[in-house]
Amino acid sequence: MTTILPLVLENVTVRKRDKTILKDISLNFAPVGFTIVMGPNGSGKTTLLRLMHGLERPRGGSVKWSSSEREARPQQAFVFQTPVMMRRSVIDNIAYPQIAHGVSRATSSSKAADWADNVGLAHVKSIEATNLSGGERQKLAIARALINQPELVFLDEPTTNLDGKSTREIEGILQKAFNGGTRIIMTTHDIGQAKRLATDVVFINRGELCEHSPAEEFFGATQSSAARAYLNGDIVE
Amino acid sequence: MISMVRFLLPLMLMAVPGWVYAAEMRVAVTTSFHNSGLSDVLLPQIKQDLDIDARLIVVGTGQALKLGRAGDVDAILVHSKKAEELFVEEGYGTHRREIMYNDFVIIGPSSDSAKVAAVTSVNAAFSAISASKPIFVSRGDDSGTHRKELALWKLAGLDSNAFEPNWYRAVGSGMGAALNTASGMNAYIMSDRASWLKFKNKGDLKLLFSGDPVLFNQYAYLPVNPAKHPHVHNEMAKALENWLVGKKAQTMIGAYKISDETLFIPNATPN
Amino acid sequence: MIDVWEGILQAFRLVYSLDRDLFEIVLLSLYVTLSAVIVASLIGLPLGAWLAVNRFRFRRATIALLNALMGLPPVVVGLIVYILFSRSGPFGVFGLLFTPTAMIIAQVIIITPLIASIAHQAIRDLWAEYHDLLISLTTSKKQRMKTLIWDARRSLLTASLAGFGRAIGEVGAIMIVGGNIDHVTRVLTTAIALETGKGDFALALGLGFILIGLAIAVNMAIHVLSKTERGGQW
Ligand SMILES: Nc1ncnc2c1ncn2[C@@H]1O[C@H](COP(=O)(O)OP(=O)(O)OP(=O)(O)O)[C@@H](O)[C@H]1O
Ligand SMILES: [Mg+2]
Repeated sequence: MTTILPLVLENVTVRKRDKTILKDISLNFAPVGFTIVMGPNGSGKTTLLRLMHGLERPRGGSVKWSSSEREARPQQAFVFQTPVMMRRSVIDNIAYPQIAHGVSRATSSSKAADWADNVGLAHVKSIEATNLSGGERQKLAIARALINQPELVFLDEPTTNLDGKSTREIEGILQKAFNGGTRIIMTTHDIGQAKRLATDVVFINRGELCEHSPAEEFFGATQSSAARAYLNGDIVE
Repeated sequence: MISMVRFLLPLMLMAVPGWVYAAEMRVAVTTSFHNSGLSDVLLPQIKQDLDIDARLIVVGTGQALKLGRAGDVDAILVHSKKAEELFVEEGYGTHRREIMYNDFVIIGPSSDSAKVAAVTSVNAAFSAISASKPIFVSRGDDSGTHRKELALWKLAGLDSNAFEPNWYRAVGSGMGAALNTASGMNAYIMSDRASWLKFKNKGDLKLLFSGDPVLFNQYAYLPVNPAKHPHVHNEMAKALENWLVGKKAQTMIGAYKISDETLFIPNATPN
Repeated sequence: MIDVWEGILQAFRLVYSLDRDLFEIVLLSLYVTLSAVIVASLIGLPLGAWLAVNRFRFRRATIALLNALMGLPPVVVGLIVYILFSRSGPFGVFGLLFTPTAMIIAQVIIITPLIASIAHQAIRDLWAEYHDLLISLTTSKKQRMKTLIWDARRSLLTASLAGFGRAIGEVGAIMIVGGNIDHVTRVLTTAIALETGKGDFALALGLGFILIGLAIAVNMAIHVLSKTERGGQW
């Protein structure tokens, strides 16, 4: 069903100024899956996701889609670690990707209203988005990412700072999207969440890939010492 | 933004018809003529008799001549004979027609430290001023009045270029602004009578000297030459000239008074 | 001696008597300035957005130039417009000199850099915030500019109103290109200059207070109108 996957990274290196942020990373993302990217703060998770989405350029190596990059981009969506709240109403925020892709105002508005419902923002849909709470912002960003029915969604720590209830609500939305055929690549520091959602886990530390394995394998028989320490809640060297 | 347009559109539509006039001509006139208020009397009559809306551009003589040269006005009414003659000579004006004259007066502080009020000729008055060096405000804007003032210093055998700026202040502005400056500094100044009489910020200033025929100031009307600028409304300019030199206008000019004082003496040679 | 109080009284007297000439002058002031603000906004706002969104070789130089042009002396603008639109000038054939249109043109030149510059600053900040999102959504340059202009509308309204403020109080340029012709191109500021020249400070001051009142009224009207239109807060 997907046209842009699998996604293959070959020996990718990202440098900023004089700092190497990602070092010689090779990864293969199958057409179906819910990948969780884990790693300590500053390990390069955000950079990795941005790189795949085309927001960062690799210094070396390559990012290969099964289609051309031009065709691949509109089939992806990105939920940023700090979601961008456009200075317009919640409903107009959610509808924006539709409008940007030439969908009529009427259609996009009714679709956005449905999505506001799906993510539990119906009661705030006409206030300006900048007034939303942290959890509501995340929900808005997710609805905005999913409205165009992308094949692949990147999510960068979508539930950080949220309480248990909101976290579970968002997980439900993502699970539903995944069941509907959406490919998901997401970062999180929440190990329980990773266990609940992941089909496979990528673990990086200091910009280097430590392991990429199916979820049961990662949580059952962790290969790298860094990942083991991280899962134990120890300080990762 | 849209709401702004919605708000503005009716305003614009209201405002537009305000300046769509049929028979309209432009005349550059000097500040002194306009300040006299005579135009307020003449313009409605012109409209009535000729059905012409004469639009006045009020500037100094220098700028009026410039506007005429560029063809931006249809006629000019100024008072600087030499410059006017050159204007005609160069082909920018069809001819020069004298209409009326007024006179210049010397204004100064009521204390009159230079004793200008006591002399009997303008030469003596200017000599007295240059001798005691009270603050003197000069237009300094190349206007007809300014040129006249320079000519008068010369006539009195004085070199105005050599005057020290600590007392001789060339302000480079119109009659009104120069009078305001003089009023503020309690200084001497030469003004046309009309501007002085109409001036409302006199302060301690008063009229100290007038009446010497040398101070008479001839106004002339010059239609802009259609051969140079084909778009000018020469027919209207001619009609206006004929009206100005006619009996009715000349009588109106002679009868115009401010505070019981006659300002202009009509002296046009009739057709 | 005349004082400020006299001017205030004069202002009330003028307004109270519903003076026809005054009405005409006020209307023309509004017409000229608001037209100039609209035209300058139609140029300046997209220009500000364009400068914020595009990276090109002389971008910094262009922005520096724009900032410098904010301080353009109105008299010089007036003189240039006069020379261009004079019968002997390149655009003389249009016969626009000494018309409200010429005054609008001069004011557009004066306030466009101001509006564009303030707009650029506001949009640049918003663009920094929106950058990743709009890139992620594969928007075209045109869509980005449209989105930024719409979402920065509050700051951009301020930019336009700053332009309005500069234009409504401007006298040097419109005096030269408009000629201060009674019933045709006389606006509040040129009328004030004229009355000051006549030494009638009370009348000049009265007109000045009306000008200030007008500026306040327009600002408030625009704020109220733009708020009610949106319904609720922005
Ligand atoms: N523009 C930049 N210039 C220099 N260093 C940068 C730049 N951007 C990111 N970095 C560095 O790259 C490293 C990886 O950053 P990244 O945001 O990818 O980490 P992360 O794994 O997402 O961390 P967190 O869990 O805190 O979100 C960090 O040390 C960061 O400081
Ligand atoms: Mg991160």
